[in-house]
Amino acid sequence: MSTVTLFGLCAAALVGLGLYGALTHPQPLRKLIAFNLLGSGVFLLFGVIARRGAWQAVGGDPVPQALVITGIVVAFAATALAVALLLRLFKESGEASLDPPASDGASLGRRES
Amino acid sequence: MNLTVVLESALAVLVLGAAVWTIAARSAFAAAVGFVSYGLLLSLVWVQLAAVDVALTEAAIGSGLTGVLLLGAVATLRRTEAHTLRRPGRALRVTAAVCCALISAALAVVVLTLPESGPTLAPEAMAALPATGVGNPVTGVLMAFRGFDTLLEKVVLVLALVGVWSLAPDRCWDGRPGLEHRLPADGVLPFFARTLPPFGVLLGIHLMWTGADNPGGAFQGGTVLAAMWLLVMMAGVRDAPAIREQWVRLALVSGPVVFLAVGLAGMLTAGAFLAYPVAIAKPLILLIEVPMLLTIALALGLLVAGPPERAADAP
Repeated sequence: MSTVTLFGLCAAALVGLGLYGALTHPQPLRKLIAFNLLGSGVFLLFGVIARRGAWQAVGGDPVPQALVITGIVVAFAATALAVALLLRLFKESGEASLDPPASDGASLGRRES
Repeated sequence: MNLTVVLESALAVLVLGAAVWTIAARSAFAAAVGFVSYGLLLSLVWVQLAAVDVALTEAAIGSGLTGVLLLGAVATLRRTEAHTLRRPGRALRVTAAVCCALISAALAVVVLTLPESGPTLAPEAMAALPATGVGNPVTGVLMAFRGFDTLLEKVVLVLALVGVWSLAPDRCWDGRPGLEHRLPADGVLPFFARTLPPFGVLLGIHLMWTGADNPGGAFQGGTVLAAMWLLVMMAGVRDAPAIREQWVRLALVSGPVVFLAVGLAGMLTAGAFLAYPVAIAKPLILLIEVPMLLTIALALGLLVAGPPERAADAP
């Protein structure tokens, strides 16, 4: 199996893993970590697709590489904003949960106190 | 089966193992640590794919800075972890697992059936590269051929920071980000924060400078600078600046503003927005990269530092 195929299959598995974590983890922070995993899997898939064919000799197609670099930085900015939102939610409500507060009496009570 | 295949297979197994650990770990702390090691392993994969620029970015931002951010959040949220949150039921989890496995399988089929050579802009990029005066094709794409993406990305960084700042409580607005770090001055961290930055700053500037012809660039250099700054702030050697400081705001917008100004000047001198006259393309790219380095370093550092939590005039 070639390098490209091997890491391509690896990227496909990463996308599935990340998506599963983002769907099933109840904690928002764990969802965020899983979402980052999913994103890096997509970047890797893109990189693998850029690495095929005749342009391997010059180190691959530079255009997708540049786009992935931009993508990593933007993903970090979005993660930082999400973490800040989460910490503010925690500060306001004493909880870090995405459950609607109406169904959870405990967190409502905490907010009033 | 030669040695490369064995090493690459081992690397793929390690990456997948770290990813599974990150998803399956019991505590959020373990997941965050798993994510950092996953990022470092992934950057080795990028090296194997001959994308060294991406590997540097992944190690610095995807693993390093994101790791600091996540570990900080884990420490704050640790108390809430014991609270039982509604976990999705078994049926739902199995359904999600099956759907995700199907998506992975579909992507795997795509990878296995890819044509040997797809549509590519590489020949055009390589042919036009000498006109930019830059030797690293990735930097050429970032700064010249796809300059518009890079410009907008700087704007995204500043906007994300404005978003983070706007989460500050009213009384702390325009104050200092994060909590004050007070550590004994003779501790290990303050020692590192005093000895490491001179080398780190040099390395950051070198990465930006050498990015013209070798792997590296303003992103990677800016991240190293941001890391040094965060070290200094976390060790309590220097406090974070209040966000109302004029120099902070000016330095933050300097990157996009200079980029935009050069881009608009290109309309007059080279006939298109973000076009550079060939004779001075390299100096113009450097002119853009220097304030960009400053913006990236400041924005990344302040994004990790978080919204203001202390009034500006508080001690």
